[in-house]
Amino acid sequence: MTKLIRAFISIALVSGGLLYLIHHLNSSQGLAGGNTLTIYNWGDYIDEELIDRFEEETGIKVIYETFDSNEAMMTKIEQGGTTYDIAVPSEYMIDKMRQEDLLIPLDHSKLPNLKNIDERFMDLPFDPGNQYSVPYFWGTVGIVYNSTMLDGKEFTSWNDLWDPSLKNEIILVDGAREIIGMGLNSLGYSLNDTNLDHLIEAKAKLMKLTPNVKAIVGDEGKVLIQNREAAIGIVWSGDAADIMWENEDLNYVVPSEGSNLWFDNMVIPKTAKNIDGAHQFINFMLDAEVAAQNTEYVSYSTPNKEALQYMPEDMVSDERFYPSPELTEKLEVYENLGKKNLAIYNQLFLEFKMGQN
Amino acid sequence: MRDKLAISSKAYLFIIFFILYAPIFYLVYYSFNSGGTMSNFEGFTLDWYKELFGDTRLLIIVLNTFVIALLSALVSTIIGVLGAIWIHSIKQRQTQNTLLSLNNVLIVSPDVIIGASFLILLTMAGIKLGFYSVLLSHIAFSIPIVVLMVLPKLKEMSPSLIDAARDLGASQWQVLTKVIIPYITPGIFAGFFMALTYSFDDFAVTFFVTGNGFSTLSVEIYSLARRGISLNINALSTLLFIFTMLLVVGYYFIAQRGNTRGLGVRK
Amino acid sequence: MENKVTRNLVFIPYALWILIFVIAPVTLVLYYSFFDIEGNLSLVNYKTFFTPVYLKMTLSSFWYAFLITAVTLLVAYPTAYLITRTKHKHLWLLLIIAPSWINLLLKAYAFIGIFGTYGTANAILEVFGIGSKQLLFTDFSFVFVSVYIFIPFMILPIFNSLNELNPSLLDASRDLGASKWTTFRRVIFPLTIQGVKSGCQVVFIPALSLFMLTRLIAGNKVITLGTAIEQQFLVTQDWGMGSTIAVFLIIFMVVIMVATGNRKKRGAKNER
Repeated sequence: MTKLIRAFISIALVSGGLLYLIHHLNSSQGLAGGNTLTIYNWGDYIDEELIDRFEEETGIKVIYETFDSNEAMMTKIEQGGTTYDIAVPSEYMIDKMRQEDLLIPLDHSKLPNLKNIDERFMDLPFDPGNQYSVPYFWGTVGIVYNSTMLDGKEFTSWNDLWDPSLKNEIILVDGAREIIGMGLNSLGYSLNDTNLDHLIEAKAKLMKLTPNVKAIVGDEGKVLIQNREAAIGIVWSGDAADIMWENEDLNYVVPSEGSNLWFDNMVIPKTAKNIDGAHQFINFMLDAEVAAQNTEYVSYSTPNKEALQYMPEDMVSDERFYPSPELTEKLEVYENLGKKNLAIYNQLFLEFKMGQN
Repeated sequence: MRDKLAISSKAYLFIIFFILYAPIFYLVYYSFNSGGTMSNFEGFTLDWYKELFGDTRLLIIVLNTFVIALLSALVSTIIGVLGAIWIHSIKQRQTQNTLLSLNNVLIVSPDVIIGASFLILLTMAGIKLGFYSVLLSHIAFSIPIVVLMVLPKLKEMSPSLIDAARDLGASQWQVLTKVIIPYITPGIFAGFFMALTYSFDDFAVTFFVTGNGFSTLSVEIYSLARRGISLNINALSTLLFIFTMLLVVGYYFIAQRGNTRGLGVRK
Repeated sequence: MENKVTRNLVFIPYALWILIFVIAPVTLVLYYSFFDIEGNLSLVNYKTFFTPVYLKMTLSSFWYAFLITAVTLLVAYPTAYLITRTKHKHLWLLLIIAPSWINLLLKAYAFIGIFGTYGTANAILEVFGIGSKQLLFTDFSFVFVSVYIFIPFMILPIFNSLNELNPSLLDASRDLGASKWTTFRRVIFPLTIQGVKSGCQVVFIPALSLFMLTRLIAGNKVITLGTAIEQQFLVTQDWGMGSTIAVFLIIFMVVIMVATGNRKKRGAKNER
C-alpha cells in the first residue's frame, strides 16, 4: 500500500510541476487576458511567421486551434462553449452555417483589402455578396497520375478512369460528394444533382469502376501516391501541388467533363468575442504581400490577384493550379443539398464502399 | 530462479519486440530525413529538431498532453479501483452483470459518440471548454479500463484471505488496505498504464470537448493530416520516446535497488 | 465494527461516474436514435439497420473483431508467459507497453511506409527471394496492425494472472506424469482464465467499432460499424442513424458480456 501511495504522490507532484510550467509558459506568451483573437483553422494552413507579424503590428495576441474536418468544426461551434473569432470552413459548410445562423455578417468597410480578390471568386452562390465570408484559398478536384507507372498514358477526362487496363491503379478520396460527383460528372450531369434516378445511375457506373479501385482513403492518399502505391489518385488540387513538388513524375489534370471548384473562406462565427480584431485579421490576410507569403508556404492556389505579382512566375503561370477563366467557368461549386439529399449521397457512397469487397 | 529460457523462447520474444518497435524505429529514422517525407531518405539533418526548440506552442501542447494523461490516469485509477471492489462485492449475478455492462459502454462506443455526447452534457452543465472539460472526459473514459484490469485480480483472490483477516480482528479499512489492495496492486498498475495509453492516444473525445486554445498532441497531429505530417512531429516523437525509455529503464533500476519484493518471488 | 455507511461512501465516486458519464450519454444516444434526419419522431433508423447493408457491416465487424481477438490472444499468451520467466519481467512488461504511448496516427503512417509496395517489408521479402507482394489494403495488413495496437491490452491482464501462478502446482502436475501440453491445458490455462477473459473483452469490444485503421491500413476494403457511425455523425449529420448503430453496438456488447460472464457454477475455490 505504501508503495502505491508513494507512486501516486510522486505522480501528483510531477503533474503539479508541469502545470506550473505550463502556466508560466502561457503567461510569458501573453496568453493570460488582454486583447486576444482565437483562430480556428485547418492544421498547417498558415505561415506561422504571419501570425507573429500580425501580433506585432496590432498588439493582439493570437490563440490558435486546429481542426481536421468541416463537420467536426461546425459541431464544435454549434454546441457553444467555444469563443472562436475566426474560422476557415469550406464553401459548402459556409452555406450551411449561413443558413443555420452561425455566422456574423462582415463589415466590408473594415476590409479595404477586399478589392485584391479576383472577382471570379466573389459573390458565389454559397455566400451571395460575400456577406459572411472572404476567400482564403481555392482549388479544384481532379486526377493526379504518375505517367511513368502507366507507360506514358495521359488523362483528360473522368471517363478515362474506367479503362479496364487500369486495374487496381486508382486511389479514391473518402468523400461522398467528391466520388458521387465524379460519377455524375462522367455521365454529363451536374455534381449538385438531386434527381434520384441520376444518382442511382451514377452509383451503378461507379460500381463498374470497382476493379480499378485500389483503396478509398483520406488525407493519407497523398502519401500513398507519393510512395507510388498507386498510379492514379482523385485528389484536391492543393494536395496534388504538394506531392508534385516532391515527385516530378506526377501530373495533375482537371477533367474535361467538369469538376468541383472548392473554396476555404474566412468567417466570423457567432461565438466571436473580438469582432474588431477579427476584421483586422481578415484585412491583414487580404494584403497582397501577406497573401503571397502565405501562398508560398501553404502552396495552394490563392484567390488574391494582387498577390500574384509577388509570387514566383512558374507558380502563377501553372495552368493546372491557376486555370484560365474559361476552365473555371465549367467547374461547379458544391451547393448545400439539404440533409435529406446528403443522406442519400452518403447511403449510396456507403453501398459503393461496401461493394469493394 | 526458473530455468533459463530456451533459445526458441528467446527468439520468439526477440521477434515480438522487433515487430513492436519496428514502426517506432521507422519514425525515428525518418526524423533525420532532409527530404520532407517518410519515404525516400535523402540525407541526414538535424533541422527538424532545431525547428522544435523554437516552437513554444508545440511545447505547451506536449506539456498539456502529459499533465492530462498523468492526472486523468491517477484519478481514474483511484475511482476505478473502488468501483471494481464494489462490483466484485455484489453477490447477485444479475446486478453484477448489469454494472459490468454499464462499465463497458464507453469502451464499446466509438469515440465520436463519446465526444459528441460529452460535449452536449458539458455545454448543458455550462462548463467552459478547455483544460477541465478535457480532464473530466479523460477520467471518464479511462475508468472502465481500470475496472477491467483490476477485476480479474479481485476474482483470483481467495475469499478465505479476507475471512482470515477478519478472524484475526482486522477492521474493514484494514482489510481493504492490508489485504485487498496489496493483492490487486499489479492490476492497479496495469489499469494505470492502460489509462495513460488511452489518454495519450485519444483524439476524437479531446477534440470535441476542448476549447480556448487548449490542445493536446493527438489533436495537433490529427489536424496536420490534411496537409501532411511534417517531420518535426517525427522529431518530437523521437525525443518523447527516448525520454520515456530513460524514465522506464531508470525508474526500474532505481526501484530494484534494495527492494525485496514481496510479490512474485519465485524459488 | 463494520461501518456500512463509510463503506458505501467510498463507492460514491464510481457510482456518480456511472450516472453522469454512462447512463446520461446512453440515454442521450437512445433518445437521438428515435429521430429521423428531419427531426421527426420515427422508427425509420431501426428499420434501416435491418437492411442488407448494415447487417453485412455488422457481420463484418464481428468477424474482424473475432479474428483480431483470436490472433492477439495467440500472440500475447506465449509472450506473457515467457516474460514471467525472465529475470527483469516488469521491465520487459513496461517495454512492451511503451510503444503504445506513441500516437496511433504516426504509427499508422509508419506502417503505410513499411507495408508499402516499395516499403521495408517488401524489401526484406525481395532479399529472401519471395518477391514483392501487395501488403497494404489487405485483410492481412489490417489484422496485423490491429493486433499490433491491441497487444499490450491483452498481455497485461494475462501477465498479471500468470505471475500469480504457484510454481509448485506446475511441479506437482509434472510429477504426476502430465505432459507439458496437458499441464498447460489442465493447470495453467484454467488458472489464468480471468486474465484471458479480461484481455479478450478489452480487445474484442473496441475492435467492433474500429474506424481509423479500416481507412488508413485497409483503405476502406474493410467496413465496420465504426465506419458507418463516423460517417453518420460527422458527414451526414444524421445523429439519429448514428445513434441507432451505437445502440445496437451496446446491445451486442451486453449480450457478449452476459454470454461470457461468470456462471453460477464455480470451482471449489469459491464455495463457502
